[in-house]
Amino acid sequence: MKSRSLILRKTSDKVVKAVSILAAFFGVFFLAWIMFTVLKFGFKSFSLSFLIEPTKPYGVADGGIANALLGTLLITFGASALGVPLGLLGGVYLSEFAKNSKKGNIIRFSANVMMGIPSIIVGLFVYTLLVYTTKSFSGFAGSVALAIIMFPIVVRTTDDMLSMVPNSLRESALALGSSRWRTTLSIVFRAAKSGLITGVLLSVARVSGETAPLLFTALWSDSWPTSYFTQPTANLTVTITEYATNSPFEQMHIKAWGAALLVTLVVLMLNIACRIIFMEAKHARK
Amino acid sequence: MQENNALFDTDFSSVFKDDPAETLISVKGLNFFYGKHQALFNNYMEIKKNRVTAVIGPSGCGKSTHLRVYNRIYELYRDQYATGEVLLDGEDILSPAADVLELRKKVGMIFQKPTPFPMSVFDNVAYGLKLHYKLSRREISERVEKALKSAALWDEVKDKLKKQGTALSGGQQQRLCIARAIAVEPEILLMDEPTSAVDPVGTLKIENLIEVLKNKYTIVIVTHNMQQAARVSDYTAFFYEGYIVEFDKTENMFTKPQKKQTEAYITGRFG
Repeated sequence: MKSRSLILRKTSDKVVKAVSILAAFFGVFFLAWIMFTVLKFGFKSFSLSFLIEPTKPYGVADGGIANALLGTLLITFGASALGVPLGLLGGVYLSEFAKNSKKGNIIRFSANVMMGIPSIIVGLFVYTLLVYTTKSFSGFAGSVALAIIMFPIVVRTTDDMLSMVPNSLRESALALGSSRWRTTLSIVFRAAKSGLITGVLLSVARVSGETAPLLFTALWSDSWPTSYFTQPTANLTVTITEYATNSPFEQMHIKAWGAALLVTLVVLMLNIACRIIFMEAKHARK
Repeated sequence: MQENNALFDTDFSSVFKDDPAETLISVKGLNFFYGKHQALFNNYMEIKKNRVTAVIGPSGCGKSTHLRVYNRIYELYRDQYATGEVLLDGEDILSPAADVLELRKKVGMIFQKPTPFPMSVFDNVAYGLKLHYKLSRREISERVEKALKSAALWDEVKDKLKKQGTALSGGQQQRLCIARAIAVEPEILLMDEPTSAVDPVGTLKIENLIEVLKNKYTIVIVTHNMQQAARVSDYTAFFYEGYIVEFDKTENMFTKPQKKQTEAYITGRFG
């Protein structure tokens, strides 16, 4: 038998390794590029007035984005208030009451499908549901759209995190005469606490960068978000879209970069917070 | 196996003839199913008050399954069910009318692996207490202390009551679970291989504890360890493939077993 070239085999091994390293760095490179660009342009507009003054109408040079920042906080908070409790309860149902049941599997599958729905469709859906019927864009409609996006994420992470809690812990609580819901709330939730918080934060991070669903619901405005339930409500992402694509003014382009930097930083911090919470919990378990 | 079971006496009067203790649990014709798979066949058994009853047998013979019927903990899993009668104080705990929360207040359980809740030592013991009793904060502290003392753990943890229960050693965690169970003041303690995850020193402490606890509680213990069964129990049931092959006083069981399988198992020829 003729032996194959050892050098060739070793070389191909090295080549594959090098290519896969390159591929991995390719992704990281774009992240770094995006971060660098957003930082470079966004930083120019960062000032105190940028953060505390509201946006001004077209053509007015000064002004900040404080109203959009506040609006985004309001809309995201509203979305969390709607989506998180429902998502947690849905996850509890899947993990604690419908484990391995047909019903549970159907719902779990639906949640997965729901996660894949393009956010613009969700925006259109809420537009027909709330904006068209009330004849008014509103921050609340934006919250509803974002809540619909958050819901399946929270359901799935809750389901996964609760499923990781060993059954022996549930049995121990039940054996003491604890009811099902009390066991879930006081023992299972506590054991899965860090995972649940991580899931919620990730879902907040996911929606705080969404633009498409807000275009159809919250829209955008130059005033402070005083009528969250009835009026178009300023927010960062739609402001970015508006300033970057529809405005001829350089001043506004710079502000869009600033807003983009703000959104990026918020999402980045939420993600880092998730990592820290999860790592600490992992550490504590050891 | 069917013939074997037919031979087995369901009348325990000869076993209990010298024991004045009253019967607390009486199992009559208990069958158990995991979905379509039957795991227990026509079990008859009697548990005497303030006695330790050991349940032995090879792995997979249904020991734990049998024990898990006494507090209906198997109901956590949707495809598991039991048929037959299990009378506790004369009432059938398997009947739909029986209240499972009340049942579990009467019947405490210790599991194979220690399962401290993710909370402080104090809160672990107070958890069950608060479920069943309306107590002032002072009464709770008193009862927690009493339970920890009864579980022979107080001296080791009195300075770390606020520490996480999971921070204790394995043996201490198991005694914490015992304290948690007896704080509720049950009548019966079910122990499912309570020392299998505990080191020898911890095992000794728990065995000594069982000796003391039987004055106040009725104990049913599943064990893999035949020396342990011989050391701690008054009565022993030998399970094999879902049947109770033999049930007798522990001393009789280990000195003159009546059935061939029992003898083979306790002399170590299988299992």
